[in-house]
Amino acid sequence: MPKLHEKLKERWPEDVVELHDFRGDETAVIKRESLLRIADFIKRDSQFDLNVLIDLTAVDGLPLKWKPRFEVVYHFYSTAKNHRLRLKVRVEQEDAVVASLTGIWPVANWFEREVWDMFGIRFEGHPDLKRILMYEEFSGHPLRKDYPYNKRQPLIGPKN
Amino acid sequence: MKGNESTGFFTSTINDMIGWARKYSIFQYPFVTACCGMEYMATACSHYDVDRFGAGLPRFSPRQSDVLFVVGTISHKLAPVLKQIYDQMTDPKWVVAFGVCTCTGGFYDNYATVMGIDTIIPVDVYIPGCPPRPENVLDGLIKLQEKIQNQKQEY
Repeated sequence: MPKLHEKLKERWPEDVVELHDFRGDETAVIKRESLLRIADFIKRDSQFDLNVLIDLTAVDGLPLKWKPRFEVVYHFYSTAKNHRLRLKVRVEQEDAVVASLTGIWPVANWFEREVWDMFGIRFEGHPDLKRILMYEEFSGHPLRKDYPYNKRQPLIGPKN
Repeated sequence: MKGNESTGFFTSTINDMIGWARKYSIFQYPFVTACCGMEYMATACSHYDVDRFGAGLPRFSPRQSDVLFVVGTISHKLAPVLKQIYDQMTDPKWVVAFGVCTCTGGFYDNYATVMGIDTIIPVDVYIPGCPPRPENVLDGLIKLQEKIQNQKQEY
């Protein structure tokens, strides 16, 4: 029986770029423009039935010289079928925009705000994309690898 | 009895008496943000019984408290709040930095953390430890009592 990510590749051969399942972590790298279509499909399709968006985060591949630089990572889980799937979308630094999943999974709202805050990746269609952890006065995105680790932007007190 | 001046005898005794009264009626404001809070609670509970030192009643309004216990990591986002709490306290007031994060920033060396609360507000007693054991906390509390006893009292 084919694994979940292989089924996804069968169903959307054009949109799935890459597959791997290291130690059972079934992962599919998909094209950025097909994200909304595939997300909608895996939630509705009875074989997939991935009703929970567990996690949404990003990875900065700058020290590894990734091209494109960022990966946005989505973890899905099915409470009915007890299986998981990971989707990845690659985005360039110059055009760091991904479609928002808030219309399909409302939980994506705060996740996407966090990714925007920490990595500076924008989510198109998000109802209120603003910083969630850092303060509005903060400039830059601290989890980007080119953010200097000792750069501080205190609201009060000395710059240390 | 301190001092030999004709007027000094009386003043220094009042000073000692007020110091004695103040050091045994420490009303704390616990500003608890992180894991140090668990050790703070352990200290306050019956095993270690902080009430023996007259510090058993935390007040949850800065206007009613004498000692600000800053317990746990302070981030840059939170720093203005801490400063405002400190400003709202009435004199006489003291500040205890509880745990290494409040003393120096601890093992955090990044964009988010204040590198020691003494960059924002004055601190009287530093209690190191990650988190400090209750014995360590009581040691700091006794040091604070000594400081209160020996300082010039304003009244």
